[in-house]
Amino acid sequence: MEFFLQQFLNALALGGTYALLGLGLAVVFSVLGLINFAHGELMTLTGYGIFYALLFGVPYPLALIIGVVLATGAAILMERVAFRPVRNSSGTTMLLTSFAVSTILHILFQNLISARPKAIAVPNSLTGAVAIADMQIGVIQLLSILVTAVSLLALTLFLRRSLLGIAMRAAAEDFNVARLMGVNANLVISTAFGISGVLAGIAGILWLFQRGSVDPLMGFLPVLKAFIAVVLGGLGSLSGAVIGGFILGFIEVGLRAYLPDGVLAYRDAISLTLVILVLFFWPQGIVARREAVR
Amino acid sequence: MALLDIERLTVRYGAIQAVQDAGLSVAQGEIVTLLGANGAGKSSLLNACMGLVPLAGGEVHFDGHLISAERTEAIVRRGMTLTPEGRRVFPSLTVQENLEIGAAASRDLRQKSKMQREEMYALFPRLKERFQQLAGTLSGGEQQMLAIARSLMSEPRLLLLDEPSLGLAPNIVDQIFDIIASLRRRGVTILLVEQNAELALDVADRGYVLASGRVVLSGKPAELRSAGLERVYLGAA
Ligand SMILES: Nc1ncnc2c1ncn2[C@@H]1O[C@H](COP(=O)(O)OP(=O)(O)OP(=O)(O)O)[C@@H](O)[C@H]1O
Ligand SMILES: [Mg+2]
Repeated sequence: MEFFLQQFLNALALGGTYALLGLGLAVVFSVLGLINFAHGELMTLTGYGIFYALLFGVPYPLALIIGVVLATGAAILMERVAFRPVRNSSGTTMLLTSFAVSTILHILFQNLISARPKAIAVPNSLTGAVAIADMQIGVIQLLSILVTAVSLLALTLFLRRSLLGIAMRAAAEDFNVARLMGVNANLVISTAFGISGVLAGIAGILWLFQRGSVDPLMGFLPVLKAFIAVVLGGLGSLSGAVIGGFILGFIEVGLRAYLPDGVLAYRDAISLTLVILVLFFWPQGIVARREAVR
Repeated sequence: MALLDIERLTVRYGAIQAVQDAGLSVAQGEIVTLLGANGAGKSSLLNACMGLVPLAGGEVHFDGHLISAERTEAIVRRGMTLTPEGRRVFPSLTVQENLEIGAAASRDLRQKSKMQREEMYALFPRLKERFQQLAGTLSGGEQQMLAIARSLMSEPRLLLLDEPSLGLAPNIVDQIFDIIASLRRRGVTILLVEQNAELALDVADRGYVLASGRVVLSGKPAELRSAGLERVYLGAA
């Protein structure tokens, strides 16, 4: 029971990180129909931002904020420079553009900074564990769960309560009609990228706390997981991305905890097989996007 | 000068010529109807006016300004909007949220949005009863009312209506046409696209007939009727 609870919290923490990442992809996809594969580089950018901020003696909390701001600014800039010119082109063109942006950033990181990992010290206060009942729970795990919950709540409030948030939901359902209501298309799309940047930054920090270093390829694996989360939940659905993220987290932690040692090496293959199975039964994802009424 | 002036408008989708050299004008306070068979190019013409599809040629003037190169949002701010064909309410937003979006165009509109919304509820009591319902769960007629109310939230001087009677039961269609007549009394100028020519000619001051993307006939309702609309329709079909 104790072991189970412990693993449950681990899954919640990992799933939460995936959920934030998936949400970042989904928010952009919902208004633009684009899976932005450069999303991972935003995380990497957060990592380097924190690394250099700390190098220059910036206090730790401020360094984290700098990292998130950097990712947010970069996301908005990315839209303005790379995606806006091809906005009316085919989905394939936009997708290729996102690969190009990802590759360019990756090469820049490699050549301007270093191909080797840069260590980022995690504060002592975060490396420990707290005892709850009979369990030892990592501070980082608890923090991940808390940060995920707060982020999801804030985003939900924004989408439900503010006019810009409502406009984003409207644009996600029918962009042209939203424009007929006077909704500013550029503003909505910039905001979507801004939100995806904030989410990438936050997820980037949680990811960094787990691994303790940043390198040019840091964003590759998480963006892949985020993509799986989004597809699992149903492309275009924000709640789907969150649910997909948590499911993926639970599958991965569950396999790591309960698979016999002999097959542990195959756990990624097994978890992807499970994902395929889910999609086999729900080809549209778990939260199928409601067909627009036309 | 007319409120809306369309000159030699041409719309193309790849090799398909949807609208060709179409000219049309709407004066302040008028209801003008644009008739034509399926695929004649009516929706394309309206969408082109709103900047939703690019023009392959021609000019659109609204209130004396050349608007053919402007963005849709900017055109809405100038006081013209379109209630699109097939209603297209935002299904997973509530009735109230749909209306709120209707006032997104400018700060001025956003500030008086609440008052404007109450006015819409007075005009469409059925919407008031359902203000927290998701728009996708409304009946077809209610959705059409919401679509019109949503457009009115931006206080347009010119409203483009694309087939508001599409797929609705006869008594609902009557209601929609009553609303159109009452909008005119409120001083809204209307360009009405309809398949239901009889009803449209009843409320309109003037009309145009589009066939294969060209304006083939225009005039007062009586003139259009005597010119034999059916023949034009059949010829175009
Ligand atoms: N997005 C599009 N891409 C390609 N062709 C299009 C597109 N929209 C319309 N068309 C074509 O342009 C022509 C005119 O279409 P349009 O929708 O403007 O006609 P309409 O008069 O509104 O018809 P209806 O009464 O059926 O609504 C048609 O041949 C149609 O197939
Ligand atoms: Mg049409």
